[in-house]
Amino acid sequence: MELIMKAREKVSGQAQKLNRYLRRNAAEQTDTDVKKLAKKKSTKKTIREMVVSWLFLTPSLLGVLTFFVLPFCVVVFYSLVNNPIQKQFVGFSNFVRVFNNNAFRLAALNTAKFSIIAVPLAVALSLFLAVVMESGIPFKSQFRSFFLSPMMVPIASIVLIWQVLFHYNGIVNEISMYFGGPKIDWLKSDKAQIVVVILFLWKNLGYNMILFMAALSSVPKDLLEVARLENATEMQIFWSIKMRYLSSTILFVTIMSLINSFKVFREIYLLTGDYPYDTLYMMQHFMNNTFASVDYQKLSASAIMMAIVIIILMLIMFITEDRYGRDIEG
Amino acid sequence: MSGLKLPQSETVFYERAIRKAHRKKRIYRYSLVFGTIIAAIFAVLFLTPIILTVTNSFMSSSEISANYGVIFKTTQTGGKVFVSKTVNLKFIPDIVSFSQYYTVLFKSPEYLVKFWNSVIYVVPILGVQLMIAMLASYGFARYHGRVREIIFFIYIVLMLMPYQVTLVPNYLVSSWLNILDTRWAIWLPGFFSPFAVYLLTKFIRRIPAEVMEAASIDGAGEWEIFTKICMPLCKSGLISIAILVFIDYWNMVEQPLILLANDELHPLSVFLSKINSGEISLAFAVAVIYLVPPLLIFLYGEEYLVEGISYQGGLKG
Repeated sequence: MELIMKAREKVSGQAQKLNRYLRRNAAEQTDTDVKKLAKKKSTKKTIREMVVSWLFLTPSLLGVLTFFVLPFCVVVFYSLVNNPIQKQFVGFSNFVRVFNNNAFRLAALNTAKFSIIAVPLAVALSLFLAVVMESGIPFKSQFRSFFLSPMMVPIASIVLIWQVLFHYNGIVNEISMYFGGPKIDWLKSDKAQIVVVILFLWKNLGYNMILFMAALSSVPKDLLEVARLENATEMQIFWSIKMRYLSSTILFVTIMSLINSFKVFREIYLLTGDYPYDTLYMMQHFMNNTFASVDYQKLSASAIMMAIVIIILMLIMFITEDRYGRDIEG
Repeated sequence: MSGLKLPQSETVFYERAIRKAHRKKRIYRYSLVFGTIIAAIFAVLFLTPIILTVTNSFMSSSEISANYGVIFKTTQTGGKVFVSKTVNLKFIPDIVSFSQYYTVLFKSPEYLVKFWNSVIYVVPILGVQLMIAMLASYGFARYHGRVREIIFFIYIVLMLMPYQVTLVPNYLVSSWLNILDTRWAIWLPGFFSPFAVYLLTKFIRRIPAEVMEAASIDGAGEWEIFTKICMPLCKSGLISIAILVFIDYWNMVEQPLILLANDELHPLSVFLSKINSGEISLAFAVAVIYLVPPLLIFLYGEEYLVEGISYQGGLKG
């Protein structure tokens, strides 16, 4: 969409230039002086604008450069040399080394597994909640506050209760045993990921729901009215009208949830400390351990791999949004 | 849709239409009831952990150990302590006691120190980040240029990077500047975080360019336009971003873990997880104290928070 707009602007700009040129040729030469003056003034103005806007940007740019961009270049450099002192170029061997590392594999696998379970659930449930909220139920604003409140609550505050709930002798087990279910040591078994998924959903559903609610309320009302007049069922309206308007938001929420799911270390760390059960060993645990052993090459290589994954995800988002966005707005 | 059969007479037709409308209304009403029930169930699920934490903080330490003794295995040597075999989950304490709060606030200063640490990290970051971001986003939003667009894109990429990526460069810079293990290691990267820049730019772009043009024609300088027109118009945006930034840094765990080896400097969020089992009853009170500032902010600024989140949707600036 943006590209088209830009192209259009360019074309119209060129057309204007051509027009001006033709007109100038056709007109008498008397007014060229005036035009020159105006032109001079406008270039002066644009230069001033340039300087001003860059001045406004400087503090932030300097900070971002020194704390994020430049060191990241160094990270790239570190990932390609054998060690920071000798600085011998070794190609991709650091990446290979990290990739063959068992801990890294476990972390990557666990993170991927977690994301595959948690993200679709987060998207589907929050969309469902948003639809329920927008269906005109009473106490909407109260419900919204309730759903949003977990976002504000610091994870550290809530972890205690989580431990009480999911402990071997905890409430959840008691309830499940009451109904004849098995007794599970939630945090120290293969079920541990489920606990974290629930915590993740608890924390993130409200945020996603707000995004979906905003998208749902932006669906044009007249379109819905026409559909209702035409006797479309609510299901039809949802799937063929609302879904089209939601598609870009769904994509956005998916990507954001995916990125948030990489951050789930925080919850796991607070729940289980430095040494969690195997299935909870995440990328950030791996990074922390690597920090502890001060292996810059390994650290850099794994950070870059992670960055590449995120960039690919973002590219997918931008490209698809470009396609879908055109479909709706056009 | 029974459009194929023609109605025998007009009355039948109308009757059918009315019946249909009634049925639709009934279905709508049922779906409303159903939706409300679902929302209520979710609300209960969402609120239970918070409410439990709060109510548990009003229990005396003996009540806590009686209820959760199995889990946290309090190491009390003297006195007979009743510990139930199973865990009792109580919503309402037997006796409401403020003893935990009393202990936290007046007898064990380490919690207050950690709480103070949290405050001391969040407040400067909030102020400086917003100030720098405000300037930068004005630069981004007011004028357009190819280079600036590319830089803005880089900001978005940086904003979305998880800590696994950004902490490595942060760590390197901090070690070069010799600020590892000091508060500056948390502050400086926080000051320049691109998150606020991104959101604020979106807010400012919403202001019609004509407003600023008019001011500039009336003779206002760039700085005047910025302070007298742009800032007041962005007030709600600033508040909503401040809330989001506050949550982010109030909650931080990853940065202090890596950048601060010295436990003394850790914020309460990290310290809470390290409370040993003997003080578990205190932990609830500390957790609630820690929960109060964000909750107050939430109560005050929920609308702003919602607005801020809605603005995040659709990343294209």
